Amino acid sequence: MQTQGLYCERDDRVLIRDLDFSLENGEVLQIEGPNGSGKTTLLRILCGLSEDYEGDIFWSGQPRARVDEAFRQGTLYFGHLTGVKAALTPRENLRWILQLKGITASAALNPLIDQALQEVGLFSYEDVPVQALSAGQKRRVALARLQLEPARLWVLDEPFTAIDRAGVAQLEQLVQQHAEAGGAVLITTHHALELTGIRKLQLGLGKGTWRIL
Amino acid sequence: MANSVMSDHSSVEPSLWSGLTAVMKRDLLLAFRQRSDMVNPLFFFVMVIALFPLGVGPEPATLRMLAPGVIWIAALLSTLLSVDSLFRQDFDDGSLELVLLSPQPLFVVALGKVLAHWLITAVPLICVTPVLGIMLFMDGNTLLATLYSLLLGTPILSMISAIGAALTVGLRKGGVLIAVIALPLYVPVLIFGTSAVEAAAMTLPYVGQLAYLGAFLVLALTFAPFAIGAALRISVNTR
Repeated sequence: MQTQGLYCERDDRVLIRDLDFSLENGEVLQIEGPNGSGKTTLLRILCGLSEDYEGDIFWSGQPRARVDEAFRQGTLYFGHLTGVKAALTPRENLRWILQLKGITASAALNPLIDQALQEVGLFSYEDVPVQALSAGQKRRVALARLQLEPARLWVLDEPFTAIDRAGVAQLEQLVQQHAEAGGAVLITTHHALELTGIRKLQLGLGKGTWRIL
Repeated sequence: MANSVMSDHSSVEPSLWSGLTAVMKRDLLLAFRQRSDMVNPLFFFVMVIALFPLGVGPEPATLRMLAPGVIWIAALLSTLLSVDSLFRQDFDDGSLELVLLSPQPLFVVALGKVLAHWLITAVPLICVTPVLGIMLFMDGNTLLATLYSLLLGTPILSMISAIGAALTVGLRKGGVLIAVIALPLYVPVLIFGTSAVEAAAMTLPYVGQLAYLGAFLVLALTFAPFAIGAALRISVNTR
């Protein structure tokens, strides 16, 4: 993924000016910045939820709009709102999210979902409605998507919110594994990530300036 | 590890039909879990029609004359009442964002949601109409015409109001705006729906009116999902 001259403003405040960066396979890019510096806005622009920007975004060397379906097939967005329905069970929730990605709901899918739920520590909660789970467990249901969805690019917006320490370590490991397997990760977090080869994009240095470390 | 599993699925192309049924199944399951959403519009419909004879008096001739209009307007308002929640939950919990970012075409998801909404809210309403019709002294032929016209007309109402709901889902209080957007578009449906029933009451043929309703339905089924999809995109964009 690449951007060229990305410009975005919100309520007459310039958030990002002339942002050029590229994210190759196997790379992790952490987006840093104080609250309100446009981290979430940038992620929403990059994954196509927001159209309020100027500049170009490329995916696999082509303009994103031209390869829209392939882009959406290959991207996993994990936002502040997780899209997990309170009235459904974790298993039903994940099943539906996978169906949206075009994976057919065969009987073989259930053991996979159960295994992913087990790995995020929700063993024996598969059939409990999500509204009965704690805030951290709700986030974990959504995090099980990382193990199930076949996506090259992960776009993670504050994935560590409400997750306990062991969960954070596990998630860091998942991100590392994904990058080692050739995937790319865009992540915003205030945690100090201990990953090898991580790059950082700092936003909010004033008037839309930015810096890549 | 799950990685080996992912590669099995990575070649799968999303099919339109499986996307449609997945959306419908989920919404039906949700409605079943939260039954009040299903009961409210039906209760409203029954109450309006049951209270009507108390308001205008119990003369069979009067009631028979007013019946088509009353049933149709009650159906129309109960659709309007229920449609506000159509995209609200999905917007609030973020599943709408997942839908927008999924490789499924948006119109398929919109169509699935509206069809599920119709099955949940309008079908029960059509099912109780015979009982209410008898209460309003309708004869058999008129009742049949009412059922036909509702069967063709209520999906159109759902489609139209879903456009309004999709446009206003980003606003805190969209209820009144939906009415303002949708009501003018309801008018032709209402006119042809009630006139079919009135024709039947006078033992005239009413196939013509039903054909018009059918044409509206095809039009709505073809274009409304695209309008709903575009409206949802705008609503999520301006969040």
